[in-house]
Amino acid sequence: MDDCHAPAGAATSTASDVKTHLVAIVGPPNAGKSTLFNRLTGLRQKVANFPGVTVEHRMGRVKLDLGREVFLVDLPGVYSLQPRTEDERVTHDVLTGEMKGLRKPDAVMLILDSTNLGRHLSLAPPILSLGLPTLIILNMADDLGRRGGEVNPEELSTQLSAPVALISASHGTGIEKVVEFLSEAVFHEKPKPPLVQLPIIYDVPKVRDWAADIGRRTNYRPPAPPLWTRRLDGVFLHPVLGPLIFFLVVLGVFQTIFAGARPLMDGLQAMIEGSGKWMQAALPDNQLRSLLIDGIWSGVGSVVVFLPQILLLFLFIGVLEDSGYLARAALIADRTMARIGLQGKSFIPLLSAYACAVPAIMATRTIENKRDRIATILIAPFMTCSARLPVYTLVIAAFMPDKSLLGPFLGTRAAALLGLYVLGFLAAVITARLLKSTVLKSTRSPFMLEMPPYRWPTFRSLGLRLLDRSKVFLRRAGTVILGVAVLLWVLSNLPLHDGKTPEIGDSFAGMIGHAVEPAIRPLGFNWKIGIGLITSLAAREVIVGTLGTIYAVEGTSESVGLREALHQDLTPGGAAALLVFFAFAMQCMSTMAVVRRETGGWRWPAIQFAYMTLFAYVFGYLANRIVTAWL
Amino acid sequence: MLQLVATGLLAATLLLVHNKAVLQMRVNKHPHHDNSGFRDLTMLRKGESAILDHIDLPEDDARRLMELGFLPGHLVTSAHAAPGGDPKVFRVDGSEIALRRETARHMFLKQAETQA
Repeated sequence: MDDCHAPAGAATSTASDVKTHLVAIVGPPNAGKSTLFNRLTGLRQKVANFPGVTVEHRMGRVKLDLGREVFLVDLPGVYSLQPRTEDERVTHDVLTGEMKGLRKPDAVMLILDSTNLGRHLSLAPPILSLGLPTLIILNMADDLGRRGGEVNPEELSTQLSAPVALISASHGTGIEKVVEFLSEAVFHEKPKPPLVQLPIIYDVPKVRDWAADIGRRTNYRPPAPPLWTRRLDGVFLHPVLGPLIFFLVVLGVFQTIFAGARPLMDGLQAMIEGSGKWMQAALPDNQLRSLLIDGIWSGVGSVVVFLPQILLLFLFIGVLEDSGYLARAALIADRTMARIGLQGKSFIPLLSAYACAVPAIMATRTIENKRDRIATILIAPFMTCSARLPVYTLVIAAFMPDKSLLGPFLGTRAAALLGLYVLGFLAAVITARLLKSTVLKSTRSPFMLEMPPYRWPTFRSLGLRLLDRSKVFLRRAGTVILGVAVLLWVLSNLPLHDGKTPEIGDSFAGMIGHAVEPAIRPLGFNWKIGIGLITSLAAREVIVGTLGTIYAVEGTSESVGLREALHQDLTPGGAAALLVFFAFAMQCMSTMAVVRRETGGWRWPAIQFAYMTLFAYVFGYLANRIVTAWL
Repeated sequence: MLQLVATGLLAATLLLVHNKAVLQMRVNKHPHHDNSGFRDLTMLRKGESAILDHIDLPEDDARRLMELGFLPGHLVTSAHAAPGGDPKVFRVDGSEIALRRETARHMFLKQAETQA
């Protein structure tokens, strides 16, 4: 590589401003990159996407003495620098200065797991041969010492002609050497070539032999096997106990995000409604107030109420991931998920989608395989999320007589609801199979899952993770969702009739409802349902309120008036079609906004919306025909 | 109440699919002898160790496996497995990596007699 001539210091020599210094953190997965990054930057960090790629990276500032700052970029974990996967390409491109939108780093911090140095040291040759000033960080020093391992950082530094720091990122020991390196990053000269000949980078066995040789020269003693991890795996991966514990964990997660989040969400809902009412009283009665309160406040509010659920889920996932259990859960679920063409890591996100697709899609980040991740994102909204329940409850109660099917255990209504859950699940399975056998057919890349040793999760990293997720979610709520909320308000409150808000039937939404009536008639829907389909794009349960407005009755799913009005206005076939339509259609702007963010463009959310709507339309039509013919 | 029913349903589906998977796997469990008598990784019993001889997979996959520690000439130990025996966890080069049967059966071991 021609790094000798690359303007490594060009940007800095022109700008005397030390603030522009950029240092990259590189390392294999599970080496503790994020822990170090969090420790150095704390809250001064943000998540960003490079243009055109879905790989996320984090940027942060480190405050040094004399008011100086260094920017850190945390790159995706890699085992080598051969650009094969998207993660590796991003890391490679950033380090060689080929990444658009980011200049070449001034220095590199290579973080390796000191308890597994033989293997991790294999990443040193490709990084060192970049010719950038490099600090080699040997992490997990505490673990190494406790398990009776030994490493000589000075000797390693001599052999590789690069500074070496032995640290424990989670405890903060040895971190001062890292800070020292960062403060001097400005003054670093091009490093001397290492004493030892670097191996040919692309020959894995040779690199591994080289690493073993360096280990011998520096008297590296690998630690004893992690005793506690072996003991815990004896339980968590026990043939009988393992699945049982797995099931309890799954049940715990499900119950918490479903039931546990309820009081918090209700509280938040009450706060949003209460403050809306307060504003209503405080402001003069005009169109602006309506836009502000009915449009923006309650529109954005209807999405923000999901925040407690999202945070609880991420707290769970954070604990599972940081402790090391998530890898075991993925192992246990893998066989089952493989049946539908996915893998073990898709399980928890899909489970979360029963609460809400938004956090579920955000949770797919733990899936490294790009195609599996996209497939999981695409099928997650088919899972019966909690926003569908008010719609289901209303329509079922309006059309299903409550009879007992299996004594006291199962009534007709519960059975219908259960059927809708099954329907969503089947749609997800069929779609996953379809995707994985066509567009997302894996290039047959084998499933490899590293089982990290069990560790205690730290409050610091859990807290930062929750903060990060809330920021991402609220930013969505503040941009895309705000825009859609305003648009929907305009549609249902304009044009004005004699300076007054129109009846909803005469509004733009009403016009659209009338306009789409011919298209939705085959499903047994009239223009009123058409309006509901449009307003429920904000969030599915909004249709209940809209129908309440249209029929001029109380707009809740328990409202007897609404049930009767709906029963009068809709045929049983149309009701069945409505249920099926809501089971399959996308009908959720928050999900679309999140899919766009997570897949790095509008392509996938557009495909997903079209596919799900078509699916919903076809099966809604069939449901209408079948029920109409049958009754 | 409904949530519980839904959870139960999910669990039942899982178990059903899982059992089916396990049954199917038992049927498919024929050893691979096509590679001139080499034993493959799936034949390692729990706790048993052997030296890896070669990986019969496309170069990219083989490289990735080698980067994770599955290097010819190195010791591989079979550890825990998921219920039903697939995927299996292998100890290599100081770490534990889970592989599916479909991958592990393309990775061949040195024969004990050639070692002796």
